[in-house]
Amino acid sequence: MSAGNHTVVGRRLPRVDALQQTTGQTQFADDLNPPGALVGRQLRSTHAHAAITSIDTVEAAALPGVKAVITGADLPITYGILPVSQDEHALALHRVRHVGEPVAAVAAIDAETAERALALIHVKYEPLTEVVTLDQALDPDRPLIHGEGDGQNVHRTAALEFGDVAEGFAAAGHVREDVYFFGGNTHAALETHAAVASCSPEGKVTLWSATQVPHYVHRALAKVLDIPAGRIRVIATPNGGGFGGKTDPFSHELVAAKLAMITGRPVKFNLSREDVFYAHRGRHPVLMWVKTGFESDGRITAMHFKSFLDGGAFGSYGTASLYYTGALQTSTYRIPNYCFEGMRVFTNKPACGPKRGHGTPQARFAIESQLDKAAADLGIDPVAIRVRNAVEPFSTTVNHLRITSCALNECIDAVVEQSGFHQKHGQLPEGRGVGLALGCYMSGAGLPIYFNKMPQSEVQLKVDRGGGVTVYSGATDIGQGSTSMLATVVAECLGLEPAELTMITADTDLTPVDLGSYSSRVTFMAGNAALEAATKVRTRLVEAVAAKLEAAVEDLEVANGRVGVLGDPESGVSWTEAVVLATAATGPLVESGSYTAPKLAGPYKGAGVGISPAYSYSACVVELEVDADTGMVDVDRVWIAHDIGKALNPLLCEGQVEGGVYMGLGEVLFEEQAFRDGLHRGPSLLDYKIPTSLETPTVHTTLIESDDPEGPYGAKEVGQGPLLPVIPAVANAIHDALGVHIDEVPITPDKIVAAMRDAARGGSGRVGPKGVPDFDFGELIRVEPPEGFVAP
Amino acid sequence: MAERVLALRVNGETHRVLTSDHRTLLEVLREDLALTGTKHGCDVGECGACTVLLDGRPVLACLVLVSQVATGSVTTIEGLVEGGKPHELQSAFAELGAAQCGYCTPGMILSASALLDEVAQPDTDEIKAALTGNLCRCTGYNKIIEAVELAADRGQL
Repeated sequence: MSAGNHTVVGRRLPRVDALQQTTGQTQFADDLNPPGALVGRQLRSTHAHAAITSIDTVEAAALPGVKAVITGADLPITYGILPVSQDEHALALHRVRHVGEPVAAVAAIDAETAERALALIHVKYEPLTEVVTLDQALDPDRPLIHGEGDGQNVHRTAALEFGDVAEGFAAAGHVREDVYFFGGNTHAALETHAAVASCSPEGKVTLWSATQVPHYVHRALAKVLDIPAGRIRVIATPNGGGFGGKTDPFSHELVAAKLAMITGRPVKFNLSREDVFYAHRGRHPVLMWVKTGFESDGRITAMHFKSFLDGGAFGSYGTASLYYTGALQTSTYRIPNYCFEGMRVFTNKPACGPKRGHGTPQARFAIESQLDKAAADLGIDPVAIRVRNAVEPFSTTVNHLRITSCALNECIDAVVEQSGFHQKHGQLPEGRGVGLALGCYMSGAGLPIYFNKMPQSEVQLKVDRGGGVTVYSGATDIGQGSTSMLATVVAECLGLEPAELTMITADTDLTPVDLGSYSSRVTFMAGNAALEAATKVRTRLVEAVAAKLEAAVEDLEVANGRVGVLGDPESGVSWTEAVVLATAATGPLVESGSYTAPKLAGPYKGAGVGISPAYSYSACVVELEVDADTGMVDVDRVWIAHDIGKALNPLLCEGQVEGGVYMGLGEVLFEEQAFRDGLHRGPSLLDYKIPTSLETPTVHTTLIESDDPEGPYGAKEVGQGPLLPVIPAVANAIHDALGVHIDEVPITPDKIVAAMRDAARGGSGRVGPKGVPDFDFGELIRVEPPEGFVAP
Repeated sequence: MAERVLALRVNGETHRVLTSDHRTLLEVLREDLALTGTKHGCDVGECGACTVLLDGRPVLACLVLVSQVATGSVTTIEGLVEGGKPHELQSAFAELGAAQCGYCTPGMILSASALLDEVAQPDTDEIKAALTGNLCRCTGYNKIIEAVELAADRGQL
């Protein structure tokens, strides 16, 4: 991979803060210890579903060292990440809806006192019938968890048809119907959630928090505390891992601020590992039914996809999660007629939300698994059926998604060739197999969560008279390297080195708004905003130097710390002299840039989910060995190719790909956020097993550069997409190894053994769900394909 | 709970700490000595984020009572920097992208340094085995393993 004409873009540089991290100097939220800070603790519900009949805090409040005790009545205003789901209380009011839901909070002089105080809070519960499973949520005899919704405990439904699926199925030579289940799992970032709040004597509230979305936390604080947003400052500390788990406003953030307001002292919360499993917001368990029609050559004629999401106790991102399970089928494969029906239920479990890939890995597992079955039915190989249906660059999908750069075929070629897929598939000894799958993800959600016409990302640049450049961005570094990305974009434009820049990020007082580190939006959106700001600075520098040198503006370049004549780096002036010239000529060298996504939504309800200014593409081959007797899976090697548009920093981009592969392997083989009634089966890292260094396969990463026309220097996302194909590639490889179909994630050894036994008894050798509920999704919204849409 | 003054040897310096016996080394390092490079990840010995060296051997600071280290010598991530110069492992982790969020990094580096003190040129399996108690949720471990190999190679020069 060459750096081309770039001096910074394309180089394998360390993160700008890498040595701070490796020497232990990075200050995470839990590392902040303001003088006089109190320790906060939350009392959590021991019931999955109960009415709170009374809370007695007198004894707790009287304990020496306790400075404040609050309950739901102190923070009665509801909130939620989506405007349509304002269904949470900072502390439960009148009713608890899952085990672990915070019901009261204390601030005390130390942790021991705070914990002793929790034991002195007396909560009386009147248990209600629990609603824990999808079937129970649909049972009319069970109570309503929220007392509202589309009937029973249904939170939302969606029913959309694009084109005419009946016609598509009629034209198909072969139709398959399959049912899949994807178990829920959680983020398990190494850093548990933590926040510190303070309140000045003048009433200004400051919150430092391990959040991916300081802007949305800012909004939630203003609403729940009922004070103007201008009197609140939110600073997102570097996140010790996010993966979507720190993308909601959380109880402890609101409670910390309230306790700081009451006590006048800083208050710190650091959730325990168990608390984090109950805070959750992780991957939804999704039951899926997919019916797909194929021509004899494998071409898809129509798809009908149904999803049933178990959402847990609150809305969270759930409306979006629901639509995401159906949105990106068509941006991966050309599907001329497509119907999506989905529903999400409330249950008495911790709320699900967004985890890396948000709503799309479940559907990806179903579709990629089914494609392998269809290929086998039709006698064509898994590569051919995918190539035949792969979406094309600069096309429009039947559900009105605008596709721009797309190197899906190049991704397929890369992994198929490198892995020797054709020589291995169906030809390895029993117990060894290879599997292929594809994926596609958004480079940022096309619409903001709160609909408005303001930019989705803003960046400011200030150049001081000594030549120092400070970049101000609301983007939060959650480990993905967003701060380094911003430094790369600005340094490239200004002919500097990224490490020379000062980066101020994620502080609502100091930095302009960026909506947050979610939906893989930061490189595309904050990157473009930074590029615009830097370009303005560059223009002013060039104009000032051109005037001095009496040269034409277009003959000048800004490179290697100088502004001079193109191709003659020694001509012209140093960076610092150029800054002085520009400041003298036109005033303070301060500029801003912004990014607003183009209008992309199609003409239908739900069209806001799935649209993006660009899509990344991935292909993955997994080679593994399965022990037919024990069901133990050993993944040896993973080949993954990712269309990233342009790798701004290949080292960090590879890291994102490898991290996505790792997380996908954990999801497909081990991880499940499982419950017994309303109780988590193992809210610890001992019971909830995530892969260790011993489970690490060799990963061959190929970054494919399709040079996106709208991305900053051509770049697209890499944080989420590469996870998607890993899960079905493992499922397909297990089938290749043993001939059994495990249509249920996680694919644990017991399921493989059960499938082998079934096959040995003459059964189908399949383990998975038997069917889906007979459910009325409501009136189908029929949407005409976009103008000029040509069925493949 | 009885309190007493302990003289703790940490990163080559002696710190007198008034503390009760039941507090963990993790609490005392972070709260009393402000050595926040040692991370809290689970408090129950499951994640490895709080790994420090006790007399050169990796221990989980959340499972060690401070009274147990009264006679030992503790090294934290801050103590690997000598004369303002990062340890080979700290440089190699930075250069090769072995830290993403950086939360597991201090513990990971300390486990790796204990390995390199014992085995100058470990093979990949030895590195994997030495790091198995340190969970990382970001990297997938491969860049971490490469960084340990790089630091080992440089240590031979």
